[in-house]
Amino acid sequence: MEYLKLLGIVIIVVGFALKWDTTAVVVVSAIVTALFSGMSVMELLNTLGTAFMTNRPVSLFFLTLPMIGLAERYGLKEVAVNGIRKLKKMTPSRILNLYLAVRELGGVFGISLSGQVQFVRPLITPMVTAAAEVRRKLTPKDIDLIKGRAAAVDNFGNFFAQNLFVASGSVLLISSTMESLKYTVTPIQVVTRSIPVALVTLVIVYIYNVLFDRRFKATKGAA
Amino acid sequence: MVDNLLIVLYALIGILMAVAGTEAFKAKDNPTRYGTGTFWWLLALIFALGNFMPHWLIGAMIIVIGALALFKQIQVGKLPQIDDEKAEAAAKQFGWRIFLPSIVMAVVSICVAQFTALGGQVGIGIGAITALLLVIVMTKAPAKMVYTDTQRMVRSVGAPGILPQLLATLGAVFTAAGVGDLTAKLIAGILPAGNHLVGVVLYCVAMALFTMIMGNAFAAFAVITAAIGIPFVIAQGGEPATVAAIGMTAGYCGTLLTPMAANFNSLPVALQEMEDPMGVIKQQAPIAIILLVVQIALMYFLAF
Repeated sequence: MEYLKLLGIVIIVVGFALKWDTTAVVVVSAIVTALFSGMSVMELLNTLGTAFMTNRPVSLFFLTLPMIGLAERYGLKEVAVNGIRKLKKMTPSRILNLYLAVRELGGVFGISLSGQVQFVRPLITPMVTAAAEVRRKLTPKDIDLIKGRAAAVDNFGNFFAQNLFVASGSVLLISSTMESLKYTVTPIQVVTRSIPVALVTLVIVYIYNVLFDRRFKATKGAA
Repeated sequence: MVDNLLIVLYALIGILMAVAGTEAFKAKDNPTRYGTGTFWWLLALIFALGNFMPHWLIGAMIIVIGALALFKQIQVGKLPQIDDEKAEAAAKQFGWRIFLPSIVMAVVSICVAQFTALGGQVGIGIGAITALLLVIVMTKAPAKMVYTDTQRMVRSVGAPGILPQLLATLGAVFTAAGVGDLTAKLIAGILPAGNHLVGVVLYCVAMALFTMIMGNAFAAFAVITAAIGIPFVIAQGGEPATVAAIGMTAGYCGTLLTPMAANFNSLPVALQEMEDPMGVIKQQAPIAIILLVVQIALMYFLAF
Protein backbone atom coordinates (compact mmCIF):
# COMPACT_ATOMS: atom_id res chain seq x y z
CA MET A 1 0.00 0.00 0.00
CA GLU A 2 2.19 2.77 -1.33
CA TYR A 3 -0.45 5.43 -0.68
CA LEU A 4 -0.42 4.92 3.09
CA LYS A 5 2.69 7.06 3.38
CA LEU A 6 0.58 10.02 2.28
CA LEU A 7 -1.13 9.69 5.67
CA GLY A 8 1.64 11.96 7.01
CA ILE A 9 0.30 14.82 4.86
CA VAL A 10 -3.24 14.13 6.09
CA ILE A 11 -2.03 14.26 9.70
CA ILE A 12 -0.29 17.61 9.12
CA VAL A 13 -3.30 19.17 7.41
CA VAL A 14 -5.87 17.87 9.89
CA GLY A 15 -3.66 18.45 12.93
CA PHE A 16 -2.93 22.08 12.09
CA ALA A 17 -6.55 22.71 11.06
CA LEU A 18 -7.84 21.30 14.36
CA LYS A 19 -5.21 23.24 16.37
CA TRP A 20 -3.57 20.20 17.90
CA ASP A 21 -0.17 20.86 19.44
CA THR A 22 1.99 21.75 16.43
CA THR A 23 5.23 20.17 17.69
CA ALA A 24 3.48 16.88 18.39
CA VAL A 25 1.67 16.91 15.03
CA VAL A 26 4.92 17.36 13.09
CA VAL A 27 6.76 14.62 14.98
CA VAL A 28 3.84 12.17 14.64
CA SER A 29 3.55 12.94 10.92
CA ALA A 30 7.27 12.23 10.45
CA ILE A 31 6.99 8.91 12.33
CA VAL A 32 3.90 7.78 10.38
CA THR A 33 5.40 8.75 7.01
CA ALA A 34 8.66 6.95 7.73
CA LEU A 35 7.06 3.76 9.04
CA PHE A 36 4.51 3.48 6.19
CA SER A 37 7.28 3.95 3.63
CA GLY A 38 8.80 0.74 4.96
CA MET A 39 11.54 2.01 7.26
CA SER A 40 12.49 0.02 10.36
CA VAL A 41 12.42 1.74 13.75
CA MET A 42 16.19 2.14 13.65
CA GLU A 43 16.07 3.62 10.13
CA LEU A 44 13.32 5.98 11.31
CA LEU A 45 15.42 7.23 14.24
CA ASN A 46 18.47 7.65 12.02
CA THR A 47 16.53 9.50 9.30
CA LEU A 48 14.89 11.77 11.85
CA GLY A 49 18.18 12.52 13.65
CA THR A 50 20.12 13.13 10.44
CA ALA A 51 17.41 15.39 9.04
CA PHE A 52 17.22 17.40 12.25
CA MET A 53 21.00 17.85 12.32
CA THR A 54 21.25 18.98 8.69
CA ASN A 55 18.44 21.47 9.29
CA ARG A 56 20.10 23.17 12.26
CA PRO A 57 20.77 26.35 10.21
CA VAL A 58 17.03 27.10 10.46
CA SER A 59 17.51 27.77 14.18
CA LEU A 60 20.46 30.16 13.80
CA PHE A 61 18.04 32.99 14.58
CA PHE A 62 18.32 31.98 18.26
CA LEU A 63 21.70 33.76 18.22
CA THR A 64 19.95 37.07 17.59
CA LEU A 65 17.70 36.80 20.67
CA PRO A 66 20.08 38.10 23.41
CA MET A 67 20.72 41.32 21.47
CA ILE A 68 17.02 41.90 20.77
CA GLY A 69 16.19 41.21 24.42
CA LEU A 70 18.66 43.84 25.61
CA ALA A 71 17.57 46.40 23.02
CA GLU A 72 13.97 45.92 24.19
CA ARG A 73 15.00 46.53 27.77
CA TYR A 74 16.71 49.76 26.73
CA GLY A 75 13.67 51.23 25.04
CA LEU A 76 13.53 49.81 21.48
CA LYS A 77 9.71 49.73 21.55
CA GLU A 78 9.38 53.11 23.29
CA VAL A 79 11.58 54.87 20.73
CA ALA A 80 9.45 53.49 17.89
CA VAL A 81 6.20 54.45 19.66
CA ASN A 82 7.44 57.99 20.35
CA GLY A 83 8.50 58.36 16.73
CA ILE A 84 5.11 57.32 15.39
CA ARG A 85 3.29 59.50 17.93
CA LYS A 86 4.88 62.56 16.31
CA LEU A 87 2.75 61.94 13.22
CA LYS A 88 -0.29 63.83 14.56
CA LYS A 89 -2.50 65.85 12.23
CA MET A 90 -2.24 63.53 9.28
CA THR A 91 -4.78 61.86 7.05
CA PRO A 92 -5.72 58.24 7.84
CA SER A 93 -3.88 56.98 4.76
CA ARG A 94 -0.64 58.83 5.63
CA ILE A 95 -0.52 57.29 9.09
CA LEU A 96 -1.28 53.82 7.71
CA ASN A 97 1.30 54.16 4.92
CA LEU A 98 4.01 55.44 7.21
CA TYR A 99 3.34 52.56 9.56
CA LEU A 100 3.54 50.16 6.61
CA ALA A 101 6.92 51.65 5.62
CA VAL A 102 8.19 51.41 9.20
CA ARG A 103 7.05 47.79 9.41
CA GLU A 104 8.73 46.86 6.10
CA LEU A 105 11.93 48.68 7.07
CA GLY A 106 11.89 46.82 10.39
CA GLY A 107 11.61 43.59 8.41
CA VAL A 108 14.81 44.44 6.50
CA PHE A 109 16.73 44.68 9.76
CA GLY A 110 15.12 41.71 11.43
CA ILE A 111 13.21 43.80 13.95
CA SER A 112 9.97 41.91 14.39
CA LEU A 113 7.92 43.50 17.13
CA SER A 114 4.54 42.01 17.90
CA GLY A 115 2.82 44.74 15.96
CA GLN A 116 -0.80 43.96 16.78
CA VAL A 117 -0.22 44.11 20.52
CA GLN A 118 2.42 46.81 20.74
CA PHE A 119 1.43 49.18 17.94
CA VAL A 120 -1.96 48.59 16.29
CA ARG A 121 -4.18 48.46 19.36
CA PRO A 122 -2.55 51.16 21.51
CA LEU A 123 -1.32 53.50 18.77
CA ILE A 124 -2.24 53.06 15.11
CA THR A 125 -5.98 52.48 15.48
CA PRO A 126 -6.52 55.43 17.86
CA MET A 127 -4.45 57.74 15.62
CA VAL A 128 -6.26 56.73 12.42
CA THR A 129 -9.61 57.06 14.19
CA ALA A 130 -8.70 60.55 15.37
CA ALA A 131 -7.54 61.55 11.89
CA ALA A 132 -10.80 60.32 10.35
CA GLU A 133 -12.97 61.95 13.02
CA VAL A 134 -11.61 65.39 12.11
CA ARG A 135 -13.30 64.96 8.73
CA ARG A 136 -16.71 63.70 9.69
CA LYS A 137 -18.67 61.97 12.44
CA LEU A 138 -17.85 58.27 12.53
CA THR A 139 -20.41 55.49 12.77
CA PRO A 140 -19.65 52.33 14.80
CA LYS A 141 -19.22 50.57 11.45
CA ASP A 142 -16.55 53.09 10.38
CA ILE A 143 -14.66 52.49 13.58
CA ASP A 144 -14.82 48.72 13.07
CA LEU A 145 -13.48 49.18 9.53
CA ILE A 146 -10.62 51.32 10.79
CA LYS A 147 -9.68 48.68 13.36
CA GLY A 148 -9.71 46.01 10.67
CA ARG A 149 -7.67 48.13 8.28
CA ALA A 150 -5.00 49.00 10.87
CA ALA A 151 -4.59 45.32 11.76
CA ALA A 152 -4.47 44.39 8.08
CA VAL A 153 -1.71 46.93 7.33
CA ASP A 154 0.37 45.48 10.15
CA ASN A 155 0.01 42.00 8.65
CA PHE A 156 0.88 43.23 5.12
CA GLY A 157 4.08 44.88 6.29
CA ASN A 158 5.00 42.01 8.57
CA PHE A 159 4.44 39.19 6.07
CA PHE A 160 5.84 40.53 2.85
CA ALA A 161 9.01 42.11 4.25
CA GLN A 162 10.15 39.44 6.69
CA ASN A 163 11.95 37.56 3.92
CA LEU A 164 14.23 40.58 3.45
CA PHE A 165 16.32 39.70 6.51
CA VAL A 166 18.91 36.92 6.03
CA ALA A 167 18.47 35.50 9.52
CA SER A 168 14.66 35.49 9.64
CA GLY A 169 13.04 32.16 10.43
CA SER A 170 11.23 32.06 7.08
CA VAL A 171 14.37 32.66 4.99
CA LEU A 172 16.32 30.01 6.88
CA LEU A 173 13.40 27.59 6.57
CA ILE A 174 13.18 28.10 2.80
CA SER A 175 16.93 27.63 2.36
CA SER A 176 17.10 24.56 4.55
CA THR A 177 13.98 22.88 3.13
CA MET A 178 15.33 23.33 -0.40
CA GLU A 179 18.62 21.77 0.74
CA SER A 180 16.62 18.78 2.08
CA LEU A 181 14.91 18.56 -1.30
CA LYS A 182 18.35 18.46 -2.97
CA TYR A 183 18.46 22.01 -4.35
CA THR A 184 21.00 24.57 -3.15
CA VAL A 185 19.37 27.88 -2.27
CA THR A 186 21.34 30.31 -0.08
CA PRO A 187 19.63 32.70 2.37
CA ILE A 188 21.00 35.68 0.40
CA GLN A 189 19.36 34.35 -2.76
CA VAL A 190 16.03 34.07 -0.95
CA VAL A 191 16.39 37.69 0.21
CA THR A 192 17.13 39.07 -3.26
CA ARG A 193 14.26 37.06 -4.82
CA SER A 194 11.89 38.46 -2.19
CA ILE A 195 12.56 42.13 -3.01
CA PRO A 196 10.04 42.40 -5.90
CA VAL A 197 7.16 41.10 -3.77
CA ALA A 198 8.02 43.45 -0.91
CA LEU A 199 8.07 46.46 -3.28
CA VAL A 200 4.85 45.47 -5.05
CA THR A 201 3.15 45.10 -1.66
CA LEU A 202 4.31 48.58 -0.67
CA VAL A 203 2.85 50.12 -3.83
CA ILE A 204 -0.45 48.22 -3.88
CA VAL A 205 -1.18 48.75 -0.19
CA TYR A 206 -0.24 52.44 -0.56
CA ILE A 207 -2.93 52.86 -3.22
CA TYR A 208 -5.38 50.78 -1.18
CA ASN A 209 -4.89 53.10 1.80
CA VAL A 210 -5.21 56.27 -0.26
CA LEU A 211 -8.57 54.96 -1.51
CA PHE A 212 -9.55 54.41 2.14
CA ASP A 213 -9.36 58.19 2.72
CA ARG A 214 -12.23 58.72 0.26
CA ARG A 215 -14.59 56.97 2.60
CA PHE A 216 -14.13 59.76 5.10
CA LYS A 217 -14.30 62.63 2.62
CA ALA A 218 -17.42 61.60 0.75
CA THR A 219 -20.12 62.63 3.21
CA LYS A 220 -18.41 65.80 4.40
CA GLY A 221 -20.56 68.04 2.22
CA ALA A 222 -23.74 66.28 3.23
CA ALA A 223 -23.38 67.15 6.92
CA MET B 1 37.08 26.23 8.67
CA VAL B 2 33.42 27.01 7.95
CA ASP B 3 32.35 23.68 9.44
CA ASN B 4 34.35 24.30 12.61
CA LEU B 5 32.93 27.80 13.00
CA LEU B 6 29.43 26.43 12.56
CA ILE B 7 30.07 23.84 15.28
CA VAL B 8 31.05 26.72 17.59
CA LEU B 9 27.91 28.70 16.65
CA TYR B 10 25.64 25.71 17.26
CA ALA B 11 27.40 25.15 20.59
CA LEU B 12 26.56 28.77 21.48
CA ILE B 13 22.90 28.12 20.62
CA GLY B 14 23.17 25.02 22.83
CA ILE B 15 24.36 27.23 25.69
CA LEU B 16 21.43 29.65 25.16
CA MET B 17 19.05 26.69 25.34
CA ALA B 18 20.79 25.27 28.41
CA VAL B 19 20.34 28.64 30.13
CA ALA B 20 16.64 28.59 29.21
CA GLY B 21 16.34 24.99 30.43
CA THR B 22 18.03 25.72 33.76
CA GLU B 23 15.77 28.70 34.41
CA ALA B 24 12.68 26.77 33.25
CA PHE B 25 13.47 24.06 35.85
CA LYS B 26 13.72 26.74 38.53
CA ALA B 27 10.35 28.34 37.67
CA LYS B 28 8.33 26.87 40.54
CA ASP B 29 5.10 28.59 39.47
CA ASN B 30 5.04 26.59 36.22
CA PRO B 31 3.22 23.26 36.75
CA THR B 32 5.05 21.84 33.71
CA ARG B 33 8.51 23.05 34.67
CA TYR B 34 10.11 19.59 34.48
CA GLY B 35 8.76 18.97 30.99
CA THR B 36 9.70 22.45 29.80
CA GLY B 37 13.18 22.21 31.32
CA THR B 38 13.72 18.77 29.76
CA PHE B 39 12.60 20.14 26.39
CA TRP B 40 15.23 22.91 26.43
CA TRP B 41 17.99 20.64 27.80
CA LEU B 42 17.40 18.00 25.11
CA LEU B 43 17.73 20.71 22.46
CA ALA B 44 20.79 22.11 24.24
CA LEU B 45 22.48 18.69 24.05
CA ILE B 46 21.59 18.24 20.37
CA PHE B 47 22.91 21.68 19.43
CA ALA B 48 26.05 21.62 21.60
CA LEU B 49 27.09 17.97 21.26
CA GLY B 50 25.09 16.67 18.28
CA ASN B 51 28.22 16.25 16.19
CA PHE B 52 29.53 13.70 18.65
CA MET B 53 26.30 11.71 19.03
CA PRO B 54 24.94 8.88 16.86
CA HIS B 55 22.03 10.13 14.77
CA TRP B 56 19.59 7.49 16.03
CA LEU B 57 20.03 8.93 19.52
CA ILE B 58 19.13 12.41 18.24
CA GLY B 59 16.10 10.92 16.49
CA ALA B 60 15.04 9.32 19.78
CA MET B 61 15.44 12.65 21.60
CA ILE B 62 13.17 14.33 19.04
CA ILE B 63 10.53 11.68 19.65
CA VAL B 64 10.79 12.44 23.39
CA ILE B 65 10.26 16.14 22.58
CA GLY B 66 7.22 15.18 20.48
CA ALA B 67 5.84 13.15 23.41
CA LEU B 68 6.39 16.05 25.84
CA ALA B 69 4.48 18.31 23.46
CA LEU B 70 1.71 15.73 22.98
CA PHE B 71 1.09 15.59 26.74
CA LYS B 72 1.20 19.40 27.04
CA GLN B 73 4.31 19.39 29.20
CA ILE B 74 6.02 22.31 27.41
CA GLN B 75 4.75 25.72 28.51
CA VAL B 76 6.36 29.12 28.70
CA GLY B 77 5.24 30.06 32.22
CA LYS B 78 5.94 33.39 33.87
CA LEU B 79 8.93 35.36 32.59
CA PRO B 80 10.90 38.28 34.02
CA GLN B 81 9.29 41.54 32.86
CA ILE B 82 10.77 44.68 31.34
CA ASP B 83 10.54 47.71 33.63
CA ASP B 84 8.50 50.14 31.50
CA GLU B 85 9.69 53.26 33.32
CA LYS B 86 13.33 52.34 32.90
CA ALA B 87 12.73 51.50 29.24
CA GLU B 88 11.09 54.91 28.76
CA ALA B 89 14.08 56.63 30.39
CA ALA B 90 16.51 54.61 28.28
CA ALA B 91 14.48 55.53 25.18
CA LYS B 92 15.06 59.23 25.97
CA GLN B 93 18.76 58.62 26.51
CA PHE B 94 19.47 56.53 23.41
CA GLY B 95 16.80 57.67 20.97
CA TRP B 96 17.08 56.15 17.50
CA ARG B 97 20.56 54.82 18.32
CA ILE B 98 18.91 51.84 20.03
CA PHE B 99 18.18 50.50 16.52
CA LEU B 100 21.88 50.60 15.66
CA PRO B 101 22.66 47.04 16.86
CA SER B 102 19.85 45.62 14.67
CA ILE B 103 21.16 47.52 11.66
CA VAL B 104 24.74 46.43 12.36
CA MET B 105 23.55 42.82 12.63
CA ALA B 106 21.88 42.90 9.21
CA VAL B 107 24.77 44.73 7.52
CA VAL B 108 27.52 42.53 9.02
CA SER B 109 25.61 39.33 8.16
CA ILE B 110 25.23 40.39 4.54
CA CYS B 111 28.82 41.64 4.22
CA VAL B 112 30.29 38.42 5.60
CA ALA B 113 28.07 36.40 3.26
CA GLN B 114 28.92 38.48 0.19
CA PHE B 115 32.58 39.41 0.64
CA THR B 116 34.15 36.48 2.50
CA ALA B 117 34.33 32.74 1.89
CA LEU B 118 32.63 32.06 5.21
CA GLY B 119 29.11 32.00 3.79
CA GLY B 120 25.70 33.17 4.95
CA GLN B 121 25.28 30.94 7.99
CA VAL B 122 28.53 31.96 9.62
CA GLY B 123 27.64 35.52 8.60
CA ILE B 124 24.46 35.42 10.67
CA GLY B 125 26.46 34.20 13.66
CA ILE B 126 29.14 36.88 13.34
CA GLY B 127 26.47 39.53 12.78
CA ALA B 128 24.54 38.47 15.88
CA ILE B 129 27.64 38.37 18.09
CA THR B 130 28.90 41.76 16.84
CA ALA B 131 25.47 43.29 17.46
CA LEU B 132 25.28 41.79 20.96
CA LEU B 133 28.71 43.19 21.87
CA LEU B 134 27.68 46.58 20.47
CA VAL B 135 24.47 46.74 22.48
CA ILE B 136 26.35 45.74 25.65
CA VAL B 137 28.97 48.45 25.08
CA MET B 138 26.29 51.04 24.24
CA THR B 139 24.09 50.35 27.23
CA LYS B 140 26.81 49.20 29.65
CA ALA B 141 24.36 46.45 30.64
CA PRO B 142 25.68 44.35 33.54
CA ALA B 143 26.36 40.65 32.85
CA LYS B 144 23.41 39.66 35.02
CA MET B 145 21.03 41.61 32.80
CA VAL B 146 22.46 40.03 29.66
CA TYR B 147 21.76 36.66 31.27
CA THR B 148 18.23 37.63 32.35
CA ASP B 149 17.24 38.96 28.95
CA THR B 150 18.76 35.97 27.19
CA GLN B 151 16.75 33.49 29.20
CA ARG B 152 13.63 35.68 28.96
CA MET B 153 13.84 35.85 25.16
CA VAL B 154 14.72 32.19 24.57
CA ARG B 155 12.00 30.94 26.94
CA SER B 156 9.42 33.32 25.48
CA VAL B 157 10.04 31.83 22.03
CA GLY B 158 9.13 28.43 23.48
CA ALA B 159 8.26 25.33 21.47
CA PRO B 160 7.10 27.35 18.39
CA GLY B 161 10.73 28.52 18.08
CA ILE B 162 11.86 25.06 17.10
CA LEU B 163 8.89 24.51 14.74
CA PRO B 164 10.62 25.84 11.59
CA GLN B 165 13.49 23.39 12.05
CA LEU B 166 11.07 20.53 12.76
CA LEU B 167 9.11 21.36 9.60
CA ALA B 168 12.29 21.41 7.53
CA THR B 169 13.11 18.03 9.10
CA LEU B 170 9.67 16.76 8.09
CA GLY B 171 10.41 17.91 4.54
CA ALA B 172 13.56 15.77 4.58
CA VAL B 173 11.62 12.76 5.90
CA PHE B 174 9.05 13.24 3.12
CA THR B 175 11.87 13.25 0.58
CA ALA B 176 13.45 10.12 2.06
CA ALA B 177 10.05 8.39 2.03
CA GLY B 178 9.38 9.39 -1.60
CA VAL B 179 6.23 11.41 -0.82
CA GLY B 180 7.02 14.04 -3.46
CA ASP B 181 7.44 11.46 -6.22
CA LEU B 182 4.14 9.84 -5.30
CA THR B 183 2.06 13.05 -5.18
CA ALA B 184 3.67 14.20 -8.41
CA LYS B 185 2.59 10.93 -10.02
CA LEU B 186 -0.94 11.37 -8.64
CA ILE B 187 -1.35 14.97 -9.79
CA ALA B 188 0.28 14.22 -13.13
CA GLY B 189 -2.64 11.84 -13.74
CA ILE B 190 -4.96 14.87 -13.66
CA LEU B 191 -2.79 17.74 -14.88
CA PRO B 192 0.09 17.45 -17.32
CA ALA B 193 3.54 18.42 -16.06
CA GLY B 194 5.60 20.41 -18.53
CA ASN B 195 3.48 23.52 -19.05
CA HIS B 196 5.28 26.29 -17.13
CA LEU B 197 2.22 28.45 -16.48
CA VAL B 198 0.07 25.53 -15.30
CA GLY B 199 2.87 24.48 -12.94
CA VAL B 200 3.31 27.98 -11.49
CA VAL B 201 -0.44 28.51 -11.01
CA LEU B 202 -0.81 25.08 -9.43
CA TYR B 203 2.07 25.66 -6.99
CA CYS B 204 1.09 29.19 -5.93
CA VAL B 205 -2.62 28.42 -5.55
CA ALA B 206 -1.85 25.19 -3.66
CA MET B 207 0.46 27.11 -1.30
CA ALA B 208 -2.30 29.64 -0.59
CA LEU B 209 -5.03 27.00 -0.21
CA PHE B 210 -3.06 24.66 2.04
CA THR B 211 -1.96 27.63 4.15
CA MET B 212 -5.62 28.58 4.51
CA ILE B 213 -6.51 25.08 5.66
CA MET B 214 -3.55 24.68 8.00
CA GLY B 215 -3.27 28.30 9.11
CA ASN B 216 0.51 28.07 8.78
CA ALA B 217 2.52 28.89 5.65
CA PHE B 218 5.69 27.25 6.99
CA ALA B 219 3.95 23.88 7.30
CA ALA B 220 2.36 24.24 3.88
CA PHE B 221 5.76 25.14 2.37
CA ALA B 222 7.45 21.91 3.47
CA VAL B 223 4.61 19.77 2.12
CA ILE B 224 3.60 21.61 -1.07
CA THR B 225 7.12 22.40 -2.27
CA ALA B 226 8.06 18.72 -2.09
CA ALA B 227 4.78 17.59 -3.65
CA ILE B 228 4.17 20.27 -6.31
CA GLY B 229 6.86 22.97 -6.39
CA ILE B 230 9.72 20.62 -7.24
CA PRO B 231 8.09 18.32 -9.84
CA PHE B 232 5.84 20.88 -11.55
CA VAL B 233 7.97 24.05 -11.50
CA ILE B 234 11.62 23.49 -10.58
CA ALA B 235 12.06 20.21 -12.44
CA GLN B 236 10.60 22.00 -15.50
CA GLY B 237 13.49 24.50 -15.43
CA GLY B 238 12.29 27.07 -12.89
CA GLU B 239 15.09 28.73 -10.94
CA PRO B 240 14.95 27.17 -7.43
CA ALA B 241 15.61 30.33 -5.34
CA THR B 242 12.97 32.41 -7.15
CA VAL B 243 10.38 29.63 -7.07
CA ALA B 244 10.92 28.90 -3.37
CA ALA B 245 10.96 32.54 -2.22
CA ILE B 246 7.81 33.51 -4.14
CA GLY B 247 6.16 30.20 -3.24
CA MET B 248 6.42 31.08 0.43
CA THR B 249 4.97 34.58 0.01
CA ALA B 250 2.16 33.11 -2.14
CA GLY B 251 1.39 31.06 0.95
CA TYR B 252 1.19 34.25 3.01
CA CYS B 253 -1.76 35.31 0.79
CA GLY B 254 -3.50 32.28 2.26
CA THR B 255 -2.58 33.42 5.77
CA LEU B 256 -4.33 36.73 5.08
CA LEU B 257 -7.55 34.91 4.16
CA THR B 258 -7.99 32.35 6.91
CA PRO B 259 -9.44 32.46 10.42
CA MET B 260 -7.09 29.50 11.07
CA ALA B 261 -4.22 31.99 11.38
CA ALA B 262 -5.53 33.12 14.74
CA ASN B 263 -2.42 35.08 15.77
CA PHE B 264 -2.79 37.42 12.85
CA ASN B 265 -6.52 37.54 12.10
CA SER B 266 -8.35 36.74 15.33
CA LEU B 267 -6.00 38.25 17.88
CA PRO B 268 -6.52 41.82 16.58
CA VAL B 269 -10.31 41.26 16.58
CA ALA B 270 -10.17 40.31 20.26
CA LEU B 271 -7.58 42.94 21.19
CA GLN B 272 -9.58 45.77 19.62
CA GLU B 273 -13.00 44.43 20.62
CA MET B 274 -14.17 44.49 17.01
CA GLU B 275 -17.81 43.75 16.22
CA ASP B 276 -17.15 41.84 13.00
CA PRO B 277 -15.10 38.69 13.75
CA MET B 278 -14.06 38.54 10.08
CA GLY B 279 -13.30 42.29 9.96
CA VAL B 280 -9.54 41.91 9.57
CA ILE B 281 -9.82 39.23 6.90
CA LYS B 282 -12.34 41.34 4.93
CA GLN B 283 -9.86 44.22 4.84
CA GLN B 284 -7.13 41.85 3.71
CA ALA B 285 -9.03 39.86 1.07
CA PRO B 286 -8.70 42.28 -1.91
CA ILE B 287 -4.96 42.70 -1.35
CA ALA B 288 -4.43 38.96 -0.81
CA ILE B 289 -6.09 38.11 -4.13
CA ILE B 290 -4.27 40.85 -6.06
CA LEU B 291 -0.93 39.81 -4.57
CA LEU B 292 -1.52 36.15 -5.39
CA VAL B 293 -2.11 37.01 -9.04
CA VAL B 294 0.92 39.33 -9.06
CA GLN B 295 3.10 36.61 -7.56
CA ILE B 296 1.98 34.04 -10.10
CA ALA B 297 3.06 36.52 -12.80
CA LEU B 298 6.35 37.30 -11.02
CA MET B 299 7.23 33.62 -10.63
CA TYR B 300 6.33 32.86 -14.24
CA PHE B 301 8.43 35.68 -15.67
CA LEU B 302 11.36 35.70 -13.21
CA ALA B 303 11.93 31.95 -12.74
CA PHE B 304 12.03 30.94 -16.40
